[in-house]
Amino acid sequence: MRGPDVSTSAALASAISAQFSARARWSPLEMVFWLGAFSTIWLLPEQHLILTEIVIWALLALSLDLILGYAGIISLGHAAFFGVGAYTAGLLAKHALVGEPVLALLVSGLAGGAFGFATSFLVLRGTDLTRLMVTLGVALLVREIANRAAWLTGGADGLQGIDMQPVLGLFRFDLYGHTAYIYSLTVLFVLFLLARRVVGSPFGLSLLAIKGNPLRASAVGIGQTWRLVGIYTLAAAYAGIAGGLLTQTTAFTSLESLSFDRSADALLVLIIGGTGHLYGGLIGAVVFRFAQDWISTATPQYWQFWIGLFLVLIVLVGRDRIGGWFAPLRRLADRISGWRPWRPGPAAAPDEGGRP
Amino acid sequence: MLKHLLTPLAVALGLAAAGPASAQGVVKIGVIEAMTGQQQSTGVQTLAAMRLYMQQHGDTVAGKKIELIVKDDGAVADNSKRLAQELIVRDKVSFLVGFAVTPTALAVAPLATEAKVPTIVANAGTSIITERSPYILRTSFTLPQSSVIIGEWAAKNGIKKVVTIVSDYAPGADSEKTFTEAFTKGGGQVLEAVKVPLAAPDFAPFLQRARDASPDAIFVFVPSGQGATFVKQFIERGLDKAGIKIIGPGDVTDDDLLNGMGEQVIGTVTAHMYSADHPSELNKTYVEAFKKANNGLRPNFMSVGGYDAMHLIYEALKKTNGDTNGDKLMAAMKGMAWDSPRGPISIDPETRDIVQNIYIRKVEKKNGELYNVEFATFDAVKDPGKAKK
Repeated sequence: MRGPDVSTSAALASAISAQFSARARWSPLEMVFWLGAFSTIWLLPEQHLILTEIVIWALLALSLDLILGYAGIISLGHAAFFGVGAYTAGLLAKHALVGEPVLALLVSGLAGGAFGFATSFLVLRGTDLTRLMVTLGVALLVREIANRAAWLTGGADGLQGIDMQPVLGLFRFDLYGHTAYIYSLTVLFVLFLLARRVVGSPFGLSLLAIKGNPLRASAVGIGQTWRLVGIYTLAAAYAGIAGGLLTQTTAFTSLESLSFDRSADALLVLIIGGTGHLYGGLIGAVVFRFAQDWISTATPQYWQFWIGLFLVLIVLVGRDRIGGWFAPLRRLADRISGWRPWRPGPAAAPDEGGRP
Repeated sequence: MLKHLLTPLAVALGLAAAGPASAQGVVKIGVIEAMTGQQQSTGVQTLAAMRLYMQQHGDTVAGKKIELIVKDDGAVADNSKRLAQELIVRDKVSFLVGFAVTPTALAVAPLATEAKVPTIVANAGTSIITERSPYILRTSFTLPQSSVIIGEWAAKNGIKKVVTIVSDYAPGADSEKTFTEAFTKGGGQVLEAVKVPLAAPDFAPFLQRARDASPDAIFVFVPSGQGATFVKQFIERGLDKAGIKIIGPGDVTDDDLLNGMGEQVIGTVTAHMYSADHPSELNKTYVEAFKKANNGLRPNFMSVGGYDAMHLIYEALKKTNGDTNGDKLMAAMKGMAWDSPRGPISIDPETRDIVQNIYIRKVEKKNGELYNVEFATFDAVKDPGKAKK
């Protein structure tokens, strides 16, 4: 897309509002996607267990996309928020503090968000590599605290004895995972709508500007700190809800929810699907989990080898070449954010000196 | 752009739709094991023994064909629970077998109860597991079984001061508690009780602390597979030269790893329910057949758990005449007794836990290889974790 004619301020205003409504419009493909997703409730009743898991991965990856794809914050510690949500939901149910799952899920999201808000200030210092280390460090810390606080979390044995109450007091979680799937998918859809709204708003666009070039963004008057804190907190809340969903649908949680593997896999899921367009995490989750399920059933002992090969291939084939993680992400984001009046500059514009 | 992103979705859904078709006359056994990760050796051993049993006894019982569906949980409880649910719902298995570590078995317990699927613990050793569901049985061992006996033995055999080092999860706590009770009752003294994180264990700092306390022996429990690391660091820190012995349940001198530990382990005394050196005809045949089928791999105590789980399943199906009703199978399995490569064993009808001999063994060199050589036997030991109640 080319930048519109901006010769007068009235024209500019109408051009901008036209851009916004264009961005907010639903494309037929999106509708097909969601219709397809909801039709699985009837079409694939045997697969609801794995689908539930896919939905949870999708939500976690979606949350990661909010910060990576839209604000350029790379994180290897997203499991921290996921785990905080998971344990919150688990403890609420176990000690019958908040029995009703939907309400408990909200509390899990709040807990994740609060923790995200508190750590956002650490993460926002420095550039990509520093952020990577800080997020990783925070996640490791939380995991170790959970391991140590065995009286609360059950330590390495996991949080046992969670008894889930029916959703809205009506729908009991069944062995076949039907309730769990419909519940999770609905949560994902609602949160997706919210995320879509957020990234399409002026706030979302300002994030893209910061991501594209922080210096220029500051020069045109886009303040960074609070915008980044805002999106980081929101993403953490999403991850917390994803974690809460996992606990509620499996009536169990363990240190695995806080593990490095989960953070890394979330990033992987997102990279498979592509960042910066919200659907990436959703599609990535479908591909990742079905491939994993299929390969690990075929060869239980050596499946990790094939998964590795599969992932390398998918990235090589899916992207024309490997130009590092950042170049394709930025190109993609630039393409989507074609609202900018200037041509996309050198795609690999360095992020250094992002804090004027 | 969305178009080519949706293609994988369609492919994946197509893939999923081509699920397994169920056949008449097939009994499916869901195996949930750690085939990757730190507890990998447990999964490999257990599965190899199960396959061996099927090879020796045929894959048809009471007119039904036995089919194993193997799933790797990497010893992560979240995975085990999910896999168990899938096996029950999607594959409609009649048994669940495996569980390399305790948390994986505990996570599956509520599902076993809800779905009434007989669940056989072939590896994990925490006492409480069988109390978590009336559909759980065990063919492995409980840590109190061997910990109590080594505790009593140590107190009687000149060991007065001990430092305990155990992995920081349920079986570690079980083992530490029951050993300490038995050992102090016999007049021994525990100088220090150390717990080591289960994941990524580095024993060096803990061993240093233990050495500074200068005990007669270190009581150690680590899950199968971690024993080699422990012994290596024990020797590196020179604890053997300081005259400190290693005692414990036999997990540390795992047959699978024993030969790689070096001659410094000779003389280590442990209590356990199985040694590849167990002097019976049945065991000699078992070890030979196992090695032949697995490139010379020596069977360890985890393998017999898998072997006996298959025996239990085969005999139960014979008794029910191929009926796979969960309650009927449970009734058939309770109280069953048979000769295993490890010696005579039975399933306690009250607790569904295993009753078996516990042997005191010492590491010795035989025909150029290291073995746990049994020199004392305690007959038909019930789980002391439950016997007290």
